[in-house]
Amino acid sequence: MSDIERHAIAVLVDNEPGVLARVIGLFAGRGYNIESLTVAEVDRANNLSRINVVTSGTPMIIEQIKAQLSRLVPIRVVKDLTQEGACVERELALLKMAGIGEKRIESLRLADIFRARVVDSTIETFVFEVTGSTEKLDAFINLMQPLGLVEVSRTGVVAISRGAANF
Amino acid sequence: MSAEQMNGAEMVIKALGDQGVDVVFGYPGGAVLPIYDALFQQNHLRHILVRHEQGAVHAAEGYARSTGKVGVVLVTSGPGATNAVTGLTDALMDSVPIVCLTGQVPTHLIGNDAFQEADTTGITRPCTKHNYLVKDVNDLARVLHEAFYVARTGRPGPVVVDLPKDVLFAIGNYRPPEQVEQRKSYRPQTEPDPARIAEAADLIMHAKKPLFYGGGGIINSGPRACKLFGELMDMTGFPVTLTLMGLGAFPASDKRYLGLVGMHGTYESNLAMHDCDVMINVGARFDDRVTGRVSAFSPNSKKIHIDIDPSSINKNVRIDIPVIGDTAKVLEALIGALKARRFAPDRPALAKWWKEIEGWRKRDSLHFDQGDTIIKPQYAIERLHALTADRETFITTEVGQHQMWAAQLFKFEKPFHWMTSGGLGTMGYGLPAAIGVQVAHPDALVVDIAGEASILMNIQEMSTACQYRLPVKIFIVNNQYMGMVRQWQELLHGARYSESYTASLPDFVKLAEAFGAHGLRCTKPSDVDDTIREMIAIPGPVIVDVAVDQAENCFPMIPSGAAHNEMILGPADKRSSGPVSEEGMVLV
Ligand SMILES: Cc1cc2nc3c(=O)[nH]c(=O)nc-3n(C[C@H](O)[C@H](O)[C@H](O)COP(=O)(O)OP(=O)(O)OC[C@H]3O[C@@H](n4cnc5c(N)ncnc54)[C@H](O)[C@@H]3O)c2cc1C
Ligand SMILES: Cc1ncc(C[n+]2csc(CCOP(=O)(O)OP(=O)(O)O)c2C)c(N)n1
Ligand SMILES: [Mg+2]
Repeated sequence: MSDIERHAIAVLVDNEPGVLARVIGLFAGRGYNIESLTVAEVDRANNLSRINVVTSGTPMIIEQIKAQLSRLVPIRVVKDLTQEGACVERELALLKMAGIGEKRIESLRLADIFRARVVDSTIETFVFEVTGSTEKLDAFINLMQPLGLVEVSRTGVVAISRGAANF
Repeated sequence: MSAEQMNGAEMVIKALGDQGVDVVFGYPGGAVLPIYDALFQQNHLRHILVRHEQGAVHAAEGYARSTGKVGVVLVTSGPGATNAVTGLTDALMDSVPIVCLTGQVPTHLIGNDAFQEADTTGITRPCTKHNYLVKDVNDLARVLHEAFYVARTGRPGPVVVDLPKDVLFAIGNYRPPEQVEQRKSYRPQTEPDPARIAEAADLIMHAKKPLFYGGGGIINSGPRACKLFGELMDMTGFPVTLTLMGLGAFPASDKRYLGLVGMHGTYESNLAMHDCDVMINVGARFDDRVTGRVSAFSPNSKKIHIDIDPSSINKNVRIDIPVIGDTAKVLEALIGALKARRFAPDRPALAKWWKEIEGWRKRDSLHFDQGDTIIKPQYAIERLHALTADRETFITTEVGQHQMWAAQLFKFEKPFHWMTSGGLGTMGYGLPAAIGVQVAHPDALVVDIAGEASILMNIQEMSTACQYRLPVKIFIVNNQYMGMVRQWQELLHGARYSESYTASLPDFVKLAEAFGAHGLRCTKPSDVDDTIREMIAIPGPVIVDVAVDQAENCFPMIPSGAAHNEMILGPADKRSSGPVSEEGMVLV
């Protein structure tokens, strides 16, 4: 269908056992997409965690996803960052590269353009750390593929609204 | 030990007491023995021992739906909990408030595949409104009180509290409900947005072909909502149709009542639904049994949807004016807004609309011909209604044709007297539900309108009924077929009756007697009345086996994937031989 939209949704939850399973179970059980999902505690004093989920669907489905999320008892706030206007989305990736010689030099040269940093290095391997939008990371990973990329680890998207608005 | 110090099991009993619980439906086992021990040592809380944990949940559902209170279940770990799953799912689908306490292996064994260990919170996560695993006895009181709060507020539903055995033995501090702080996350919206009320009132002001479509959300809200619903009808004179779960929210004998809506609804209800210009949905959820083909559903109407659960809005059908809130509060505000606008219906338009509706009503879509040899199932139910109308009667059902005929022909004048499994359609619901109703209303007549196939799914509960002298009446509309399945096979699968004949049926009269109850059989139309009278007169539980026409189908029927104006009215209806669309075939 043509009216499929991609939305970044931020969910503030009481940090209690099973809450992530509830969210994931909801998406799986109702057949919603998860393109990316991250979770971490963001406010220890108030025992709050934040789940960032990137999903896609028709406007009616996106609305359902938000309503269904809001129904879960431990969920405090559901915010559709995409709908509320501009938001900053970032992802971090670690790339393990293997190889010596020309390829190694070329990959380090390209890394510079993407502001990727080397965070570990041996004679034959090294690890890049790169942050940015999902598209930027995809582009970087594609470039590294022929240059000795052996392993990728990505965080998934974290997002936050621009401007003064907050939870 | 100070006054608030006690062990976990005692805390459970204390919390149930503080929540006003007077009865628990349960079944013991190793993991809950401490609670059974605490039960033994007190006498304010009654325990009803069922014969299968599924029965405990359905009994609690019957209790809850007939009283408006939370139904309480107590089962052991592992198989006790897994046996409860069907009941929990049923309660979730039909928005019934239940608190189900499950035993669990001691905390230090969780995850070890210990004896009778099951991941109960994992298994029940998708079939409860919420669930808890209590690992610290000092959390127990708070969790129990919160469980009751979550179960009964907002859109009601089942809540599981999983209780490891060591927590039941541990000593901790008890807190009464008023000392438990509300959590910040769960805040159901009950008060409607005045702007939405205004929009709804404005739309109603100018309706020419209006229709109220009422559902279980009126019943869930309580007696006041039902009363206000009636007031709104008095004020407007608009027609009303009800869903299966809404029956009783408006008196069936009222001229403005058009009957059941949906797949087996009346001709006038469904055509009014299809043709109306303003639809006011009050606590119904646009279930697929009601909408038929969504793309053809009530194409020309503006739709108002009153519901406490925002996820019900725009789930299946596009809504023009959503009003989120509790039915009673919304209806009160709506009545106020209409009064403020000096509402007067558009009389000429309404008269024209009523004339159209009366034309449809004349089709008499629930008509059947009772000859003098074979009992028609509809006749049996119609007579049951006629002969019980003068007394306080509660009806439960199993699932199938008999359920639909009961919904069509039993005329409910009051709410809270009709319990049926709508959303899940659970065969085996009716008998345990009747037991729960009878426990709550010991002097009332409680009848389970059953099919011969369904009743066998929880027949063991006859033993419960006999033990507690609960005089439930099981009225089996016996067509020797899984009639509803047979009907679909006739319609959709070339009358190839694959596995839908219920062979080797027991002798239900003897079966009743084996349990220590009464059995009656009726095979002739002329005996129906006497049999029903005898059934009522017998003081204890009775099974009545009514042999009915095996070939009878339930009409009207909107075939799967069809629109309301494509309904089949009866066997003589031309369309009944027409093929169902390919899309329709795959629908349930
Ligand atoms: C064999 C079979 C055939 C069936 N055929 C039909 C049929 O022909 N017609 C039919 O109608 N049904 C039929 N059903 C039942 C159907 O599957 C649904 O269960 C039923 O239609 C749902 O009823 P409802 O819309 O009233 O919603 P319910 O399931 O009762 O849901 C209640 C709604 O009200 C809301 N609500 C709850 N509490 C409140 C409150 N306090 N304030 C405001 N809103 C609240 C809820 O959020 C929910 O949206 C059939 C079932 C079976 C098993
Ligand atoms: C637990 C369960 N299993 C299967 C079904 C599917 N089903 C719906 S109606 C029905 C037949 C019911 O037969 P009976 O109880 O005799 O009622 P009748 O339709 O004949 O009145 C079946 C098998 C169901 N609803 N529930
Ligand atoms: Mg049958």
